[in-house]
Amino acid sequence: MMQANLTETQPGPVQSTLPMPPGAPEASLTQEQQRQLRVYLEQGLPLSPHPYREIAARLATGEAQIMTQIKQWQEQSLIRRLGLVVKHRQLGYRANAMVVWDIKDTDMEHIAGQLAARPEVSLCYQRPRRLPHWHYNLFCMIHGKDRSAVLEQINLLTRELALEHVNKDVLFSYKAFKQQGARYSQRKTADDRA
Amino acid sequence: MNLSLLQQQLINRCQRGFPLESSPYARLAEELGSTEAEVLAALKELEQADILSRLGAVFDHKKAGASTLAALAVPEADLDYVAGIINNFDQVNHNYAREHDYNLWFVVTAADDFTLNRVLTRIEELTGLEVLVLPMEKAFHIDLSFQIDFEPAPQITRVN
Repeated sequence: MMQANLTETQPGPVQSTLPMPPGAPEASLTQEQQRQLRVYLEQGLPLSPHPYREIAARLATGEAQIMTQIKQWQEQSLIRRLGLVVKHRQLGYRANAMVVWDIKDTDMEHIAGQLAARPEVSLCYQRPRRLPHWHYNLFCMIHGKDRSAVLEQINLLTRELALEHVNKDVLFSYKAFKQQGARYSQRKTADDRA
Repeated sequence: MNLSLLQQQLINRCQRGFPLESSPYARLAEELGSTEAEVLAALKELEQADILSRLGAVFDHKKAGASTLAALAVPEADLDYVAGIINNFDQVNHNYAREHDYNLWFVVTAADDFTLNRVLTRIEELTGLEVLVLPMEKAFHIDLSFQIDFEPAPQITRVN
């Protein structure tokens, strides 16, 4: 813990943010506190009036330190977004297609850029080919309420971007075995615990 | 479950951002013309209905650690069994069956490359199948949220 907790400025069970002397930099979190904060952010914020203060109490630091750290991570783009993660299947978005394309390397930037700009494409990644088993190098995700609507969207964008000649495949998902936020901070593999 | 207007608003408002201030739920309530207690109750209900996965942070895959998309070609009859093995790894966060010879697709994220490779090796050992490893080379677009196109709200007829 970087900060000595000498005074309580607020009553109640939740540890308060210590007032810092004017001009003093806010004490930053230790590496261990940062790791733990990441775990909490991956697990989800408490649904109670002062979520950052609650996490601060668990980490024995101040609310301001927690918020400063999160802001810093956002500025460094380590946190890509902070917010609600919904299970879209439960909201009726059950058709989930991964469209994979075999794009000529020289056309990659141009075509991927065009695909990425389409509103119906939620993710667009370049990945390596693995010949001879896998010859696709561009991946797009398209979500929709039903299969035919998604297929129609794919046909439309194929036509509009003149990609009819490009080899592609559409992989609809038919079962979700797992859908959860990533846990980067997890250090152990499953068999470490066995 | 029928979502309330407030719940629909919260879903569309909060996928992209959540207030970074001491009373974030009160701030949302203020924006959406509601109360802090109503916002909290609405979110808890979404959580209980398993619609809300979580209210938290999505870290950048590359900056936050190592990650890759991976796939297996599993005999259809063994699919549930193999998926169960994959699910056992905490480092696996998505795992879907898809229509293709490569029919099991999952994302592995780990603190570092060493751990990532260990997980992939263990999966090969445990399943006896060769993993197709497809790490991201370039992201052209990442939008993990999308506007939910809710059914139009029922018309309310005002009688004065």
